[in-house]
Amino acid sequence: MSAGNIVPRGRRPKRLTPERVGLHAFLIICALFFLTPLYVMLVTSLKGMPEIRQGHLLALPSAPGLAAWGKAWFAACTGLSCNGIRVGFVNSLRILIPSVIVSIAIGAVTGYALSFWRSRGAVLLFGILIAVAFIPYQVFIYPLVRIFSHLGINNSVPGIVVIHTIFGLPTMTLIFRNHFAGLPEELFKAARVDGAGFWRIFGAIMLPMALPIIVVAVILQVTGIWNDFIFGLVFAGRENLPMTVQLNNIVNSTQGEREYNVEMAATLLTATVPLVVYFVSGRWFVRGIAAGGVKG
Amino acid sequence: MNDRSNVSLRGVEVAYGPIRVLDRLDLEVEQSEFLVLLGPSGCGKSTLLNAIAGLTEVDDGEIWIGDRNVTWLEPKDRGIAMVFQSYALYPRMNVRGNMSFGLKVARMPRADIERRVRTAAEILQITDLLDRRPAQLSGGQRQRVAIGRALVRDAGVFLFDEPLSNLDAQLRAELRVEIKRLHQRLGATMIYVTHDQIEALTLADRIAVMKDRKFQQIGTPQEVYLRPVNRFVATFVGSPAMNFLPGQIVVGSDGPAFHSPALNFSLATYPFASTPTDATQVELGIRPEHVVLAPDSANAREVCVEMTEPMGSDLLAWTRLGELPLSIRLPAETKLAPGERLPILLPEHRLSLFDAANGARL
Amino acid sequence: MRIGSRLPAHLALAPAVLIALVAYCGAMGWTIWMSFTNSRMLPSSVFVGLRQYSSLIANERWQVSVSNIAIFGCLFIIATLVVGFVLAALIDQRVRGENLLRSVFLYPFSMSFIVTGLAWRWMLDPTFGIEKVGRDLGLSAFHFDWLVRPERVIYTLVIAAVWHASGLVMAIMLAGLRGVDPEIWKATRVDGIPSWRVYAFIIVPLLRGSFATAVVLLATSVMRLYDLSVAMTNGGPGIASEVPAKFVMDHLFDRGNVGLAAAAATTMLITVVAVVAPLLYWQHSRPGARQIA
Repeated sequence: MSAGNIVPRGRRPKRLTPERVGLHAFLIICALFFLTPLYVMLVTSLKGMPEIRQGHLLALPSAPGLAAWGKAWFAACTGLSCNGIRVGFVNSLRILIPSVIVSIAIGAVTGYALSFWRSRGAVLLFGILIAVAFIPYQVFIYPLVRIFSHLGINNSVPGIVVIHTIFGLPTMTLIFRNHFAGLPEELFKAARVDGAGFWRIFGAIMLPMALPIIVVAVILQVTGIWNDFIFGLVFAGRENLPMTVQLNNIVNSTQGEREYNVEMAATLLTATVPLVVYFVSGRWFVRGIAAGGVKG
Repeated sequence: MNDRSNVSLRGVEVAYGPIRVLDRLDLEVEQSEFLVLLGPSGCGKSTLLNAIAGLTEVDDGEIWIGDRNVTWLEPKDRGIAMVFQSYALYPRMNVRGNMSFGLKVARMPRADIERRVRTAAEILQITDLLDRRPAQLSGGQRQRVAIGRALVRDAGVFLFDEPLSNLDAQLRAELRVEIKRLHQRLGATMIYVTHDQIEALTLADRIAVMKDRKFQQIGTPQEVYLRPVNRFVATFVGSPAMNFLPGQIVVGSDGPAFHSPALNFSLATYPFASTPTDATQVELGIRPEHVVLAPDSANAREVCVEMTEPMGSDLLAWTRLGELPLSIRLPAETKLAPGERLPILLPEHRLSLFDAANGARL
Repeated sequence: MRIGSRLPAHLALAPAVLIALVAYCGAMGWTIWMSFTNSRMLPSSVFVGLRQYSSLIANERWQVSVSNIAIFGCLFIIATLVVGFVLAALIDQRVRGENLLRSVFLYPFSMSFIVTGLAWRWMLDPTFGIEKVGRDLGLSAFHFDWLVRPERVIYTLVIAAVWHASGLVMAIMLAGLRGVDPEIWKATRVDGIPSWRVYAFIIVPLLRGSFATAVVLLATSVMRLYDLSVAMTNGGPGIASEVPAKFVMDHLFDRGNVGLAAAAATTMLITVVAVVAPLLYWQHSRPGARQIA
């Protein structure tokens, strides 16, 4: 077949081989499998209880309604009181905002100080922080409860803010330190010749350059702190229980008849904030994972 | 205006653990002098500059700027300003912000800051760039801003750490002239680090050639170029490189003479530093541009042309004097063919003799 | 003597140093100490040697916890690695809608373990879950009551955890795959090696670093397994799905046996160190290895 005789016409044909079709089909099936729990939760929350009992999980609701959502938000029973999961939502916010701010602030300053100073003590401190990131929380919890009791901050919002700072420190320090250590040394030198000291360099030069890392830190911390269960359970105190703990109480401590639609609605409500953060942040979420590993 | 200060280093030593990076150095830089620290990478020139600036601590010795012992003072208190190889501009500030940052830290009144920034910007012709960010500037513009940042400090001593190395050849030539003009205008003391010997020769009042953490030679460009104190300096300075012809000194009844298979002549008028010893192995150094074409001279020797390299403004002829390679710089229009024979003279006042064993000048 | 003061840096590091000393080293040391005492509801300082540890080993709940976490750990890590790698390898084939697919596989990772546990508990509910789906769709003999069968319940936790973490492994593997020299594909095509062979014998070994990173992250979360088990099964039925973290928490707070819990926690610590430390060491000693941390 001589190439000179053939004149190409039109677009290059798409390679629609059976392989490509099969590949896409398989991936779509996997995607559907991954989406199924979300779908099931959604669909269940929109059904009435009779329909749930008669029908099955995957069926679409015949008359979708938000009654279960309303009940979950305003009137679900979390243990003794029945004020709905909005109490937990508010609590989670009250815990989230200070915790994110404090843990990132201390992580940023620590990461900066460790990148600026490379003494032997600094390396040791950094090593301890990294090591702790792998150790199960159960090793630390009880002594911390006792210490916080003595300090009077157990079962309080300040207490759990401190806890989130303590356990967020390794990851936060890691990502900030790596970021600052990657900056050119001559920038520091120029700033020192200009007369700027440790804090001035941090505030005027380094922080403005750290915006991308701060975004990553916020994503990591918001997701991790909102999704936290164990620390909220132990340190927040009964008046400040976060949404995750309230959710578990709603589902696992119900006596008598279980209202699955309400439970699913409550579950979805709890999942909303991290899901929104996830879809809004897009690529940044992956960057966050790449930068600092995992929280819980 | 800050006084133009002299800089004095006495016995300065810097060590990183067991490694001595600077080895008991002494240096005197005169007021208003432009001193270039020239040397290959790793010779310690940047470390020395950082020590003068106060960015690196010295382990021994003293540093004086003007009449003050600044050895333990912070960089900002030494009366210095510094320009870096990578410009080191603050990325999130505009040009004005970059230039005024140091003055703001020093709590200067805003009016004074404005005035100084404006003056410096005019001198460097960057007034229309004041509101731009570094990312929006070209390499040459960024370096001007970096120089501007140093200018506003009104320092007594300016330190330059290879400021032109990141620029292309044309920009480098342009900014080289600017820096020289700046020095003439301000009369400030300037210490300039580079590995580029052309920059050194064109900018310096004096050059300090460094190798292996020590000064090899400190002298005017003329001195360093015409009377290099050892083989290293002779090779490092001057391009194309100096020719070296190995041979021997023979001290006879007529005085000392240079003997080699291809070349013999008397060294009676050579200014030896000390009386030469018989049978010393030496290397005779002559720069390609100092070899003279002498078609009419009776004393001319013959070289055989092997190959020519046109270099734009000149022609570099690679020849052989007997067995020895000799490169000669000739005008660009010279017509030469390989195999041709040329009569040349080696002017005695252009010769340098180096001990073959230790490279020292004889 | 030195230029400038070190004080600002020391002040800046003070919180971290305080945390490291008190919250990390101090708390860990105290827990380890308590494992050698006879603390019950409150800490006591009566030293009893290894008695708590021997009680621990004889404790049926603990034995079940240990075997559960071992089974869970192995299945979870292997399954997640396989699923994550396969998904990444397939997506890497320049499929259309890659961003959408990635979002779908990774979104479970953004959800809390409580949410994950409750969602899957509902999905696998013996009365209303997928067993009913199967029956309603015509498969009258379809059974799926693993959630209430003691010998099967641990697998339900595995399923939920794999769903949660596969996206993470996929993301790590994708990053690794994108770093593979594309010339390798051309070379293998010229040599005529079938795709699966290329993946199995060339690509996977090249991705050793990514696999190590993934294993470290997954292994860390294995020992942390608590929220998921509380939400899905609360240790049940009976004690069939007990896990070590839950054992510790229950004995610290509900059952008032701090000494025993401390012994359990210390055992968990030693296990984690023994598994993760060699991996980390291997990772860091590889020349030019691309690491996540």
